Amino acid sequence: MTFLVRRALFYLVTLWAAITVNFLLPRLLPGDPVQAMITKLGGRLNSDAMASLYVLFGLDDKKSIWQQYVDYWGSLLRGDLGLSFTFFPTPVADVLSQSLPWTLGLVGVTTVIAFLLGTLMGVYAGWKRGSWMDSLIPVTTFLSSIPYFWLGLIAISVFSVTWPLFPASGGYAAGLVPEWSGEFIGSVLQHAVLPGITIVVSSVAGWILGMRNMMVTVTAEDYVLVARAKGLSQRRIMFAYAARNAVLPSISGFALSLGFIVGGALLVEMVFSYPGLGYVLFQGIGAKDYPLMQGVFLVITLAVLVANLLADVGYLLLDPRTRREG
Amino acid sequence: MNFKTRLGLGILAFFAIIAVIGSWIAPYDPSAMGDDLLSPPSGAHWFGTTMTGQDIFSQVLVGTRGVMVVGLVCGVLATVLSILVGVTAGFLGGAADEALSMLSNVFLVIPALPLIIIVASMLPSADTVLIAAVISLTAWAWGARVLRAQTMSLRRRDFVEAARASGESTWRIIVFEVLPNLMAVIASGFVGTVIFAVMLQITLSFVGVVSLSTWNWGTILFWAQSNQALGQGAWWWFVPAGLCIALLGTALALINFGIDEYANPRLRKVRA
Repeated sequence: MTFLVRRALFYLVTLWAAITVNFLLPRLLPGDPVQAMITKLGGRLNSDAMASLYVLFGLDDKKSIWQQYVDYWGSLLRGDLGLSFTFFPTPVADVLSQSLPWTLGLVGVTTVIAFLLGTLMGVYAGWKRGSWMDSLIPVTTFLSSIPYFWLGLIAISVFSVTWPLFPASGGYAAGLVPEWSGEFIGSVLQHAVLPGITIVVSSVAGWILGMRNMMVTVTAEDYVLVARAKGLSQRRIMFAYAARNAVLPSISGFALSLGFIVGGALLVEMVFSYPGLGYVLFQGIGAKDYPLMQGVFLVITLAVLVANLLADVGYLLLDPRTRREG
Repeated sequence: MNFKTRLGLGILAFFAIIAVIGSWIAPYDPSAMGDDLLSPPSGAHWFGTTMTGQDIFSQVLVGTRGVMVVGLVCGVLATVLSILVGVTAGFLGGAADEALSMLSNVFLVIPALPLIIIVASMLPSADTVLIAAVISLTAWAWGARVLRAQTMSLRRRDFVEAARASGESTWRIIVFEVLPNLMAVIASGFVGTVIFAVMLQITLSFVGVVSLSTWNWGTILFWAQSNQALGQGAWWWFVPAGLCIALLGTALALINFGIDEYANPRLRKVRA
């Protein structure tokens, strides 16, 4: 249990760091873009909204920086992230809660698929070293060198412009109302195919390569030799002896590469105008909507930390050494 | 050196040369508008033209410099940072190690892209060098982590103990005994950082938070996307820049495989 408690503590520290960075950025960087925005919106802001923007972006110079920090935390804990300029006058928190499920669904499912698929292919590539599987490596390297968003553009150009097989943008067909009906779910799945495949194709190579290299290293270990000498079946040695040990760095790497994958996935959402956080962020950039951008950053960080904690639980289940510690 | 590594170095050298001479050999001014609007590749315009008749081949040539400069600057800055943090943490151990590892792990876990987008769009002028500096601040953590692990395994080796016993100072041991043994790890970290930085810079340009006054491959893609090149079937507008990115990325990855195989003989090809 100590292992999980230590990890959870670390994530709390990370969350605190992210929130503090978010607090400091608008105060440290020169210029007052938010003030300019407030002036532009003029009388359309009511006094409550104005006050919360002042707290979030440190426009209230009369207060000490410590008092500002305390107020900032107060706002966050109340779930008050300010008003979005882009979707004026919707609060940022509402915009985020509408788009978060889309991102969680798309990125969550595709990341798990890419991880499982890549790890499995890596197991085979490492086990049957020197076979045709080795030629897979340069191909996947090339695919992973392509920026996610560019692969998305190509996918749109081939599969929705040249051959209109799948829709190019949106999360569901226009005119449908979000509800639990077969038609709506079908439309959601159809719209998720292209962005999903884009994310899987660009992120799978990393898992294949990492897993293959660990398999190659593990296969030379004595316990694999012993397993062979005992005459166990190839399958059993491959999965229960070699792969189970080789997968551990992949899982601890899962946690660390997640931030990177999520970044790429946000771009895929932008390209496909998928109604998730990435697209919201994209719209925020165009309008210099700082409350929205910072809100997106906080929510993504929180989601990545929770996913990390889940990966740690998986690690705990696979590696008995971490269990014995407690 | 095997074929893969040589291929990688060759492609990298090619782009490095283009980065230097690109703006001299470009047939047109990349920003100058022409009469051929949105025309497919031809003898006059090898990569075709944009909506306003700009020559895309010239844009790719001129844009190479911005990409390579950011890659190089970030690679150097982030590698120096990662050596400072990683080797110090690994060699000193104890509380210093705990604090520095915590710092690099925090940087690794926080999603870099949204953070950099926020910083870049708040900066009053987001020019190339400033962006390179901001990217380096988020790119050092992975290298630091790997270096720390490697340093820890070197710290107790006999030759380090011998140096310590003969009264060498801690800094002399780190610089002359430990660092030379970390060269492979540092080199592979450097190459990895360059890949990361190039991708991030192109992404930032594509999203439109970086100044659009200087050309790089991401800027080309930004204009292609904002002018709906896809919907008009103008594939030549975004394919060349994307292929260049993928080629450069592959070249760097191949170089990294070479370094990995050099450092870990088990990964080398089995000879039948």
